Amino acid sequence: MEIIMTVLASILFATGIYNLLQKQLLRIVIGTVLVSHGAHLFLLTMSQLKRGAPPLVVDGVTQYTDPLPQALILTAIVISFGVTSFLLVLAYRTYTLNKTDNMEELRGSEHE
Amino acid sequence: MNNLIVLPIILPLVASVIVAFFPKKLNIARKFSQITSVLLTAVAAYLAWYVFTNETVVMQSGGWDAPFGISIVGDSLSMLLVLTSSIVGTAAIFYAPSALEEQQEKFYFYTFYFLLISGVSGAFMTGDLFNLFVFFEVLLMASYGLIVLGNGKIQLRESFKYVLFNLFSSMLFVTSVAFIYAITGTVNLAHLAERVGEIEEQGILTTVAIVLFFVFAVKAAIFPLYYWLPNSYVVPNPVVSALFGALLTKVGIYSILRVFTLIFVHDTGVTHQIFIWLAMLTMLFGVIGALSTNNVKLIITYNIIPAIGFMLMGVGLFTETAIAGSVYYLMHDMVIKGALFFFIGALIVAAGTKDLTKMTGVIQKYPLLGWLFFIASLVLAGVPPFSGFIGKLLLLQGGLDQEEFLLVIVALVSSLLILFSMMRIFIRGFWGELMEGISDNRKRVRNLTIPGLVLLSISVYLGIAAESVYPHIEAIANMLLDRTEYISTVLKE
Repeated sequence: MEIIMTVLASILFATGIYNLLQKQLLRIVIGTVLVSHGAHLFLLTMSQLKRGAPPLVVDGVTQYTDPLPQALILTAIVISFGVTSFLLVLAYRTYTLNKTDNMEELRGSEHE
Repeated sequence: MNNLIVLPIILPLVASVIVAFFPKKLNIARKFSQITSVLLTAVAAYLAWYVFTNETVVMQSGGWDAPFGISIVGDSLSMLLVLTSSIVGTAAIFYAPSALEEQQEKFYFYTFYFLLISGVSGAFMTGDLFNLFVFFEVLLMASYGLIVLGNGKIQLRESFKYVLFNLFSSMLFVTSVAFIYAITGTVNLAHLAERVGEIEEQGILTTVAIVLFFVFAVKAAIFPLYYWLPNSYVVPNPVVSALFGALLTKVGIYSILRVFTLIFVHDTGVTHQIFIWLAMLTMLFGVIGALSTNNVKLIITYNIIPAIGFMLMGVGLFTETAIAGSVYYLMHDMVIKGALFFFIGALIVAAGTKDLTKMTGVIQKYPLLGWLFFIASLVLAGVPPFSGFIGKLLLLQGGLDQEEFLLVIVALVSSLLILFSMMRIFIRGFWGELMEGISDNRKRVRNLTIPGLVLLSISVYLGIAAESVYPHIEAIANMLLDRTEYISTVLKE
């Protein structure tokens, strides 16, 4: 199971990076979303996918799931959600002000 | 006492929420922010004094002992940097009203500012690798808000790239935390340091260490990952650039300093040797950038990069003298970068242009600004007796002890070129005939000069009174190299 998850995460990474290297702003934003999904999936997989009881000390239960990656992944998801929504607004504002969504045309060395 | 250590994180966080309620009432917002900042500096100074005279303070949040809970660790290095950053922040708050347009101030400048300070303090004080990521995100979110303040065409263009680079490196951070958790089963820094020695497969640890270094290198702007920095730091308002230049890249280099003295010291032949080469290239390329442009603000921005190279050099050399030099340089650079950006902001207002070829003779109308800028240039380049000299002396001494002669030569040459790039501004911008169209707004220029003066005097003090400061820095270097103290304090063994 871990191997399938790792392969899935790596596919997400690959597609994400492919999108990051595109010229259109929206594709780049989608690329960041895919990369962050890959990272989160990876985080979940890394502590091994175990079946077991909730991590509460109860008599007679020997196998517990590891709660830490789940706590970490929640935090990371919330953060990447916030950043993505900010990035979408930023991409939209950049597009309306610069009148282009092509990264090639957003180059330049003049600083106002 | 243990719980008070969290104040440098909580206080600005609460202040940022409070000040968000009255963004349009500028007078109240300014006064409130100024008072809170001064209060924060006082708190940080008290905590730093306590930690320096007594011992490291550890707060285990929620009563869960490390490694299960999140530890907030106030050791002498963290508290020194928290104090320095709150001093720079306070100077920026007094600088902001004259530098920003009212419209920019009204759009939550003070809220973002306090969030930034909270994130920076948190990153300095956290004792947990994942929490370090969270505080990185806190300060980055605040910096995204600050960098787009003003909503200019070019500003948005560069901000997008800035956000993108940081987002990608943050995702790599999460990935490397996942790797580390898979290998060691913990994310607590002290616990990690303990477990790393017990792992049999050292090779995979080195790989993860390099991935983590890549993340921090993006944040700290180390060669070859510094290309995002110049353009995105030059577009926002001078006060924002000052905060970024003084605080943000330093958080990256602090993380390298912490992680690569505490955790990944198992294979210094590989990791720390890479640092030495990267430090050399960072210094060279940064200073070449500084010489390549006539935009005064861009010259200062490029000068952030060689300074990062100097600090990395100390980590790479990994001796007591060199680490002490890195810490000294880190503290010095936070103060002097703040001061320099303040002066450049004042210069741009005074001359009305950023182009060095169009300005001349500013010193005739604004002598105070001119001479302060001159002294600041000397401090930056490391001319004795100022603070830059002490840091560089220690670093070069460490380099010579390790017989890294090429590194020492590169460091000396780049120092010389830094001085040259600064003197170009002084000679061409300040000397000569008084230019036409120079600003008559003496009051505004004076208001923009005073906060820089305060920072500069601190920097001069760090140089002249090095005798009284150095023993503390040496103690910090000793503490960083002797990992057992940190581990036993946090884990309470």
